[in-house]
Amino acid sequence: MKNSKMPIFLAMSVIYAGFLLYSSIYGFEPGQQMWGNFRDFSLQMLKMMPCIFILIGLFDVWVKKETVERHLGTDSGPLSYLWAVLLAGTTVGGIYVALPVASALYSKGAGTGVILVYVSASAICRIPMTLFEASFLGWEFTMVRFAVSIPLVVLVSVLLGRYLDRKGWVMPDEQE
Amino acid sequence: MSSSNTLSNPHWTGARSETSFHADGRKGNNVIILYAFTAAALLVSFIADMRKTIRGLEIALKRFLRIGPAFLTMLVLVSIALFVFPEETIARSLTSGSIWLATGIGTLIGSIAVMPGFIAFPLGSVLRNSGAPYMVVSGFTTTLMMVGILTFPMEKKYFGVRLALLRNLLAFLTALAVAFATGLYFGETGF
Repeated sequence: MKNSKMPIFLAMSVIYAGFLLYSSIYGFEPGQQMWGNFRDFSLQMLKMMPCIFILIGLFDVWVKKETVERHLGTDSGPLSYLWAVLLAGTTVGGIYVALPVASALYSKGAGTGVILVYVSASAICRIPMTLFEASFLGWEFTMVRFAVSIPLVVLVSVLLGRYLDRKGWVMPDEQE
Repeated sequence: MSSSNTLSNPHWTGARSETSFHADGRKGNNVIILYAFTAAALLVSFIADMRKTIRGLEIALKRFLRIGPAFLTMLVLVSIALFVFPEETIARSLTSGSIWLATGIGTLIGSIAVMPGFIAFPLGSVLRNSGAPYMVVSGFTTTLMMVGILTFPMEKKYFGVRLALLRNLLAFLTALAVAFATGLYFGETGF
């Protein structure tokens, strides 16, 4: 976060926290519900985050840049997109997990298109989520969604990646 | 009329309590597996090279702190949005009106809302039982997964504002295509 934005962020946080505190003292219903939502959702995400970031850190020190570049780099061909989809299938959590992982992959030399495929695919084909979906909405529904969404997502991400590469796009984290 | 039916529908309450029971068990297992895997990886790494492992942990902490504020912003937005769009409101707006209008509303709500799969899919099945077509459910769940207005603060930290916008826009169009294809497959579009 840029230093210039820090005061705004802090001010908003204080206002939000103050609102929640006010609500809990004076029994203001909407505020109490928001606190409940905030607590449930935070706990659910925060219990995964330490693991995710530790694994990313270990990945960073153990996996060689050349390895990532060879399999997921810009010049590693169509197979790299398949790896991205398979990797996405094993991802847990949502985009809040996929983004840090994508950033770690990118800093190790993965191509722009590959990380875009990974982030988008992790939204739609995580295995635990898919099993859950099928059990509620039926296999037919899930299969139709897979058959249409995966090719589309890969196609769109690859084209977007090429476009960005032509424009000389660099992931913001890497400019620091 | 259909809206009040939705709320008093026995499917609604029945499905809810049943699903949250299932969901907790499954979710808990995932977290346990994740922790076991991380612990094993850390242990192996420590034995192999202590210094490298410590550097890895430092990197983990640094990366986590860097995204912390954006992460917190997202949590705040989610907590407000869940209050503004409770499940009942979503269900009501997706089970009434024409299929095209409902699909449109479904994709818009799906784009704004953030909810974990173990809430979204049971909700989808409740919607089905209350008469929502597959196309509407597909539009809703697919945008829910792919488009993230509330996760935007976090996404822009990684991708920059322009790519984050572009990706979400393309994801929205993709979700529309998926919903339409689902409608075609189940013969709901009337073509």
